[in-house]
Amino acid sequence: MKRLSLLFLIPFFFWGNAFSQHDPLRGPARVDEVGKAAPMVNTENNDKKRVRSYAMQPPTIPHKTDNYQVDRFANKCITCHARTRVGETQATPISITHYTDRDGNFLADVSPRRYFCEQCHVVQMQTEPPVKNRFQDVDALIRKQQKK
Amino acid sequence: MRDLVRRYWRTLISPSAYYSLGFLTIGGFIGGILFWGAFNTAMEFTNTERFCIGCHVMRDNVYQEIQPTIHFTNRSGVRAKCADCHVPHDWTFKMARKMQASKEVWGFIFGTIGTREKFVAKRRELAEREWARFRANDSLECRNCHEFQAMDFTRQSKRGADAHSGSLAAGINAGGKTCIDCHKGIAHRLPDMAGQ
Repeated sequence: MKRLSLLFLIPFFFWGNAFSQHDPLRGPARVDEVGKAAPMVNTENNDKKRVRSYAMQPPTIPHKTDNYQVDRFANKCITCHARTRVGETQATPISITHYTDRDGNFLADVSPRRYFCEQCHVVQMQTEPPVKNRFQDVDALIRKQQKK
Repeated sequence: MRDLVRRYWRTLISPSAYYSLGFLTIGGFIGGILFWGAFNTAMEFTNTERFCIGCHVMRDNVYQEIQPTIHFTNRSGVRAKCADCHVPHDWTFKMARKMQASKEVWGFIFGTIGTREKFVAKRRELAEREWARFRANDSLECRNCHEFQAMDFTRQSKRGADAHSGSLAAGINAGGKTCIDCHKGIAHRLPDMAGQ
């Protein structure tokens, strides 16, 4: 009898979920509704370097990259960021870490495994993130510890 | 053969025996207008987007590629169509380009780039030819809309303003650059740029 009453509760469990729990990325739309798309925001395009959150972070891209072609035929990023082109373009040269194969041997040019720039380097949008981030910089953590 | 030419030449230079001077002058004038109108209309038709993408090589390759770019899809609704960039606007140069384009008719008939594979294989050569044309006329087709004198550098991003007030302002004759030197592949995908 006790078990049966638990079974009876199951539909109420789902019913409650459908109204109370929202995915923050979905916004206020219910699960069975199609949410309204937020207006599109622009890419930050001010060419100013941003602070990295940790030492090994791939730097973010401070300019628009709309329709940049990166495929086996051409790489639009490298046309400016190549070692030989930065004098002309004043772009940040590609880091030396990108010139090694996975065994640590140095190559003459950017390694094929580093060819697809936007796997790691991304543009930033002019908007607030919908989900807050509680990440703390390592410096902040150290400082906090020193205070104790 | 020689006699034939001579006979026609004699007819051509002898005065008219049947038609009045009025008919010949006024008729010639009206005929000239009709011919010129028809000629120009036909030539303008070859400048339309509909004509260009009437052939599947253009429609399936380059026309697909331009659609997501800023010259086709943008906030203000201004659109650069094929002929705006690929055919000079001035009459003399337009005629010269149209005559060169007769080779493209040959290519169309014999299917020189009739498949995607053939097109991709030949693409570098085709692109190089177009880039050379842009370099030779100092990117005239870009400048038909993007006038250097009318650029407001303060409205450009920093790197854009640097390049435009530096290399572009210097000009190609003074060791600077022209539009196409930096803006290759903005309206279509780039070919295999190996070695560049």
